Amino acid sequence: LSFSPRFAVGQCGNQVGCRFWDLALREHAAVNKKGIYDEALSSFFRNIDTRSGDDGPGVYKGKICSLKARALLIDMEEGVVNEILQGPLRDVFDSKQLITDVSGSGNNWAVGHKLYGYQYREDIVEKLRKIAEHCDCLQCFFIIHSMGGGTGSGLGTFVLNLLEDEFPEVYRFVTSVYPSGEDDVITSPYNSVLAMKELNEHADCVLPIENESLFDIVNKIHQMINSGRLGSTVKQNSLVTSSAGSAKTGQEKPFDAMNNIVANLLLNLTSSARFEGSLNMDLNEISMNLVPFPRLHYLVSSLTPLYTLADVNVPSRRLDQMFSDAFSRDHQLIQADPKHSLYLACALLVRGNVQVSDLRRNIERLKPSLHFVSWNQEGWKTGLCSIPPVGHSHSLLALANNTCVKPTFIELKDKFMKLYRKKAHLHHYLHIDGMEQSCFSEAVSSLSDLIEEYNELDATEGGPRTDPPRLKIAV
Amino acid sequence: MSIVTVQLGQCGNQIGHEVFNAICGDVRGTHGLCSKKENESYRDACIERFFREEESEVPVARAVLVDMEPKVISQTLSIAARSGYWKYGDRSHFCQKQGSGNNWANGYSVHGPRHKEVIMDLIQKEAEKCDRLGGFFTLMSMAGGTGSGLGAFVTQCLRDAFPTSFILNHVIWPYGTGEVIVQNYNSVLTLSHLYQSSDALLVHENDVIHKICAQLMNIKQISFRDVNQVIAHQLGSVFQPTYTAESGSCYSRNPLGDLMETLVPHPEFKMLGLRNIPQMPENSLAYSTFSWPGLIKHLRQMLIANAKMEEGIDWQVRPPRLGSSIPSSHSTNKPPRFNTSIANLVILRGKDTHSVDLGSFRDPSLYTSWLNPGDAFNVWKTPRAFNKYEKSASLVSNSQFLLKPLDSVVGKAWNMFASKAYIHQYTKFGIEEEDFLDSFTALEQVISSYTIL
Repeated sequence: LSFSPRFAVGQCGNQVGCRFWDLALREHAAVNKKGIYDEALSSFFRNIDTRSGDDGPGVYKGKICSLKARALLIDMEEGVVNEILQGPLRDVFDSKQLITDVSGSGNNWAVGHKLYGYQYREDIVEKLRKIAEHCDCLQCFFIIHSMGGGTGSGLGTFVLNLLEDEFPEVYRFVTSVYPSGEDDVITSPYNSVLAMKELNEHADCVLPIENESLFDIVNKIHQMINSGRLGSTVKQNSLVTSSAGSAKTGQEKPFDAMNNIVANLLLNLTSSARFEGSLNMDLNEISMNLVPFPRLHYLVSSLTPLYTLADVNVPSRRLDQMFSDAFSRDHQLIQADPKHSLYLACALLVRGNVQVSDLRRNIERLKPSLHFVSWNQEGWKTGLCSIPPVGHSHSLLALANNTCVKPTFIELKDKFMKLYRKKAHLHHYLHIDGMEQSCFSEAVSSLSDLIEEYNELDATEGGPRTDPPRLKIAV
Repeated sequence: MSIVTVQLGQCGNQIGHEVFNAICGDVRGTHGLCSKKENESYRDACIERFFREEESEVPVARAVLVDMEPKVISQTLSIAARSGYWKYGDRSHFCQKQGSGNNWANGYSVHGPRHKEVIMDLIQKEAEKCDRLGGFFTLMSMAGGTGSGLGAFVTQCLRDAFPTSFILNHVIWPYGTGEVIVQNYNSVLTLSHLYQSSDALLVHENDVIHKICAQLMNIKQISFRDVNQVIAHQLGSVFQPTYTAESGSCYSRNPLGDLMETLVPHPEFKMLGLRNIPQMPENSLAYSTFSWPGLIKHLRQMLIANAKMEEGIDWQVRPPRLGSSIPSSHSTNKPPRFNTSIANLVILRGKDTHSVDLGSFRDPSLYTSWLNPGDAFNVWKTPRAFNKYEKSASLVSNSQFLLKPLDSVVGKAWNMFASKAYIHQYTKFGIEEEDFLDSFTALEQVISSYTIL
């Protein structure tokens, strides 16, 4: 019964956020047949008695009256948020949970972070405090945003800073969508690198996502369905990309499928904290086990299975396939191949009818093909949650702290340097109050340091391994 | 005398529930294979030990449930109540909302002091409901944050508040291939602290129980529930009422005291291992027969060869020849795979226990030389069969059983410590590198002591 408020910042953040709330409702509806406001629901929603119009923490027990998301939606232009408020989810958010403006941030991190940050600081702090008041116990904050734009990237990281100042004890999980190779925003490298510095310094855990990977997964699913290669029919609501069964009706937008994947990631991440299981895995445990050194907190995620076939009979072979897939390149949510890089730590969160023996069998099977650092040879964190996601009998979320994130960061730095050397577009940033050249040099320096830490790990772990000598006791 | 059980963390609470279930199920059963009078004595002794009877209600477990997140306790309470045969006290639990994050320091340095008063108050109240307090039995795992860290803290508080009571900690040794990445750190910190406040540590290893489930119980898809039920059976086989040499014609009233007296002659040696035979699926019981000589022979070989279960025992291992003039501090005269004991306790339940010959366990060559062999071995018996097993034998052993696992955990933790990985997560909550070093030193001492037996 600990609460995890979510902050969706910017267009991407809000679009993903919207899919998240929709699918969250779908998930809880599937489990909660009696309509009672239970502890699982309370981690994401407040239950308001609309008749009394109260502004308080909400009605805890008893029937569900009106669910309000524990969220803050922030965008510097109104389009996306307005759409949410006119759509089927309009009752899930109340007006006090929104911060919007009209003109947007022009894909400029400085506008988002320095200009709007300064302007909306008090408003944000006040709304944050309100949300916190409504929570008996704050476990962690989730920020959802993209790195390449202006609002999500700039204002989003500003909120991150604020969270650290106002609530230093509460964990900060950030889901960041990194710009894809063919990004049409010219200044996205600047925005991303400037945001990276903030993530380095103020986030507890970052889950990087790349659009290319999401796109590949969406395509893969389309191909599978359309090729007719699948023997039985695919359960529509089991597709990791689908909104089937949720409140959303009407046309699926182009990014919906991709955003559903991220929404499912977040649902799975928090499943063990909401539902019961034989080996619970809370969010603070994820941070504890997967972050051996403070700055190395970037986790590569993968979700399996991507769909379920309608035939319910699941032989253990298919269960094992799920585990294998979690480590394959095409199930990762960034363009990375953890199998061929170095693992610092790995977490497996299983949902559904999977027992500890299945988990152990698969770890034993897969371990030999994975490289772990010498000081963490058995570095597995595991969780078993009894409730599967909608449409599935079981699922697996894998989180890896792995040096395979390095190429993403190196590419980001290269793109940044390409622009920075020519001083391209810098003036758009520098004329914002509070922005100086040093912001840029510090940001790229922070990124370089991070890359260097990964390099060192890769280098030292290649060589022969000697265990440090144990303490000797005089007999 | 009554025992107050303290269930800590997810593991402690899940196991605790299975233990009370097993004990209650055993007592209710009609397969006692003994006289009605005997059965009634057994039942009365068991109820006094573990439950309190309230008017017109089912027996209430003498237990306090503690966890830093609410889901497990809430489940445990409701499943127990639904059984209709026993339940937990309505106000015997304490939980918080955010968990300990697998962080020993969080459990020990933050949650411990913060909630000390409330938790100790609950335990005190439960203790006061005992006519005579026989001691405390805590259930916890070492790998996580609550059972391990908060558990260590609570044990310390128990020792301070009840300086003359017996404290037995049941500790779950995690799977070697992680459940929790920082489990070795948490284990090292837990063990070193428990060693200071506890009277003895009774250990179950997940890997071992898992094998028993797979190979002896024939369970295909092993769940934690299966593992916990085997553990509960084994614990029941130790703590259900028995007659000791001193108790005469009544069931012994002081099980924890008796256990400590027989098994822990020296405070340096507190690690107790447990073996129980036979173990098999319930539906095979009807088709099996056992003889005491066979069971005793197997149990003894399991002891000296450090076998974890009754299959795959290495029969080649033999005790060293005695009469050598080389003092025992030289371990060269001992065969390398031989498990030296300090003290052993065998518990026999069921038919014909009076006729069992246990001379082979009294063989001085099994034991280290600094104890009188007569004192090193004890037997408890009861004609009342346990949990549908016509004959069952348990061995609680203070020996080198746990030396290898201990050495392994300390080694892995040290390896990780040398690279300083995860240390910032602990210093954040007040456990410094020095505290780690103290713990490592303490445990290397224990390892050394057990090695040179």
